[in-house]
Amino acid sequence: MQKASSTTFARTRTDLYGIAAILAVATIIHLFFPTSLSFIASVIAIMFLVISLDLVTGVTGVATLGQSALFGAGAYAAGIAAVNGIHDPFVLLVIGLIAGGVAGVVTGAIILRTHGLPQLVLSIALVQLAAETVNRATRITGGSDGLTGMTIAPVFGRFQFDLWGVTAFWLSVALLVVVVFFARRLTRSPFGMLCRAIRQDKVRVESMGIGTYTSALKMYVIAGCIAGLGGALMAITTQVVGLDSLSFTLSAEALVMLILGGSGTIFGAVIGTFFFMWMEHQISAANPYHWLAIVGVILIVVVMVAPRGLYGTALHLIRSWREKRAAAQELDQ
Amino acid sequence: MTTILSLAVDALAYSMVLFIISIGMSLSLGLMRVINLAHGAFAMIGGYIAAYITADLGGPYWLAVIAGVLGAVIISLPMERVFYRRLYGATEMSQILMTIGITFVIIGVVNFIFGPTLKIIPLPDLFTETADLGFRTISIGRLFVVLCGALVALALWVLIERTQFGIKLRATVDNATMSSALGVRTGRIYAIAFALATGLAAFGGIIGAELLPLEPHYALTYLVTILVIVSVGGSGSIGGVILACLILGGVETAARYYLPSFGAFFFYVVVIGIVMLLPNGLLGRKA
Repeated sequence: MQKASSTTFARTRTDLYGIAAILAVATIIHLFFPTSLSFIASVIAIMFLVISLDLVTGVTGVATLGQSALFGAGAYAAGIAAVNGIHDPFVLLVIGLIAGGVAGVVTGAIILRTHGLPQLVLSIALVQLAAETVNRATRITGGSDGLTGMTIAPVFGRFQFDLWGVTAFWLSVALLVVVVFFARRLTRSPFGMLCRAIRQDKVRVESMGIGTYTSALKMYVIAGCIAGLGGALMAITTQVVGLDSLSFTLSAEALVMLILGGSGTIFGAVIGTFFFMWMEHQISAANPYHWLAIVGVILIVVVMVAPRGLYGTALHLIRSWREKRAAAQELDQ
Repeated sequence: MTTILSLAVDALAYSMVLFIISIGMSLSLGLMRVINLAHGAFAMIGGYIAAYITADLGGPYWLAVIAGVLGAVIISLPMERVFYRRLYGATEMSQILMTIGITFVIIGVVNFIFGPTLKIIPLPDLFTETADLGFRTISIGRLFVVLCGALVALALWVLIERTQFGIKLRATVDNATMSSALGVRTGRIYAIAFALATGLAAFGGIIGAELLPLEPHYALTYLVTILVIVSVGGSGSIGGVILACLILGGVETAARYYLPSFGAFFFYVVVIGIVMLLPNGLLGRKA
């Protein structure tokens, strides 16, 4: 019992460290890289997509290459609302969140019926179907030209969305802190533990009398809300929604970011997205095909050498170092 | 009537190209339990080598076909040794990630060497002519593709069901440890099966270049179609893959002709329907 409460305390402490780190990095970026604020805001929107993928794939063990369907649902819902007379950013975010959740119910109900390759194929087919629908509904969505012409009211009626992206940046950072805190608590709640158990041994969980389909669907819907929120954030901060927010490519990239950072850990998702997007920003401008080859090499290396990802490997090293030190101290006594 | 017939020939040729490319992936999934997302990338390598030989060097078509297939196999064999061998029996997620990584690297390298433009494999004169069947005419190129598809299907069936190699292959699939104890060199069997799958992908990529154009993102563009076919057909089943190709190739060709703006739409609706109703594929054995 003592042990349990002390680990809970340690984890809450890690939450606080993480949030402090996010705020510190944000402040540094604001002070020293003032021209990159809009870019970082869009990176944060993608972080929501990767966190949501982490909840579905890293925690619950669902194989999906169609996660961007949920992100796109949020982005298009918020975008279409903003074009048609709803301008308050917080209302738009809620619209995106709900749209992502609804998309989660619909797609989750379908893809969670199977597992393995059929599941993968269903997830791809669904995201392609969604992209095709949006592409054809040109009158509402702008089709392949993208959705433009949004008007977004100032945050709290005071902070305008400016050219430099200061408002967009701090709005994104604030949302990121909330989502990271929530997602970390979620993954270690009893429900989160249940979802991890579903990934590890589905049959055993079922034989304990728990409906794995409903539990996985619940997690999928929560992840959908987070992805939808990210989509809405992207729509608000960039004020344009394109077909690329609803693509197989974005889904695959999100998976790469997650693996790079470390699947199953929320901080891993955040770190992986940041590194991936930052490197892409630097390299892909020079030659997109070099960038693709580098991503490929990164993936192969991560799978072969460090399957835990950047954050997971670091965490593992620190833990084993601490254990060694503790063992050494015990020997001394 | 004439339209329906010529549509049917187009659909058949398209289905056969899909079949030749997909069957290799279906076999490696069914036999070696590896989800090889890089399969389309090997078709791309074959196609690009063939395009280089015909369009840039002016070589004959038959030479391009042979060189493309051999080239893809030669490039893939060291990869089997280094990367794929550790994927046999690994988790699905690491298979997906590793093979997507290989796909990205191949796309990057191919575009670096050959340049990021659309490649064309000029057909020999004979293939651009048409054959007169009395009541209507058919392009000989299309006929050739259909014939190749049928031959590949027949040859594979004979190889797997009727030869020594086929017996060893099926034994290795059922129980690798026991087969190797009985003297079957399982590592070699896997390598040969992998080379066969790659060679077929390259062959399909070359003779189907007219129907599936060789573009810079070829390996990713058609990956989705290949995956869908393998999943719908049922892994490791030749008949299932043929059936899936005929259904999906037919749906796509017909929808493209009659409802040009909703072609892809119907394709995915049919896919979702089939996969939901039959998760193990049309003719797949229960996993």
